[in-house]
Amino acid sequence: MNHTLLSAEGLSGLVFLSMIAATVVGALIAIHSKRLVRAVAGLSLCFTGVAGLYYFLNSPFVALMEMLIYVGAVCVTIIFAVMLAEPRAENKPGKGSGMGALFGTIVAGLVFFGVAAVSTTTNWKAAPAKINDGSVTEVGLSLLTSYSMVFELISVVLLVAIIGALVLAHSGREKV
Amino acid sequence: MMLALSSQLNTYLLIGAFLFAAGFYGLVQRRSLIGMLIAGELVLSGASVNLMAFNHFLAPDPTVGQIFTLFIMGIAAAEAAIALSIIIAVYRNYKSIDAPDLHDLQG
Repeated sequence: MNHTLLSAEGLSGLVFLSMIAATVVGALIAIHSKRLVRAVAGLSLCFTGVAGLYYFLNSPFVALMEMLIYVGAVCVTIIFAVMLAEPRAENKPGKGSGMGALFGTIVAGLVFFGVAAVSTTTNWKAAPAKINDGSVTEVGLSLLTSYSMVFELISVVLLVAIIGALVLAHSGREKV
Repeated sequence: MMLALSSQLNTYLLIGAFLFAAGFYGLVQRRSLIGMLIAGELVLSGASVNLMAFNHFLAPDPTVGQIFTLFIMGIAAAEAAIALSIIIAVYRNYKSIDAPDLHDLQG
């Protein structure tokens, strides 16, 4: 098991490490940068890394959907909102923001270490056998048989959400 | 060693936990509503990473986690659309999207 760095396995490991780095660095940029446009850029970097992780988990279809929906649609929509609402840079200190930052860091650290401790110490048991290979064909078959009701419902939810967003954004337009 | 990293459940679970904690921190810390929305997306993607990891390593039917993740993406897209239009409406009324400035309901 001594793979050199330039073998196929070593390069794949390097790509995996860079995906982890993109995810972590992107998430840190998304929560720490003062300007919201940079936060959205960090978010899209983070989602690109997550899409790479999905690819390593044998799900290229979900990875593609992650890029399409999150990086291509959600991040662009957030950037539209940032441009429409003209938020200021968050540089005003505000009352007790030092205490708030400390509290947030402590609680988020506790959450992280708690979840990490639970997930690393639990003895996860793999299923004795897989009933299919999880390919795109199987995903499509499941969507149209076992999960067809949820599939239809989510399309209704998306339609209602889009109409609701149009109504909300339209009402009160003359106030500007 | 690096190859083993991508074939271990714990790697993905730790990344999922990190994304969740980062999103939680952002939700507590951010003043602007768009920042909170971005942090919420991080929480959702942490949950998705966990689901996909369990789906790949443990689940007997490896399509279930993928379908769940696709549904989470659909819900997140709907949530982003609604939340952003609410943010635009709030900006029209208050000329600000900082959460501490929206104090009409403070009593």
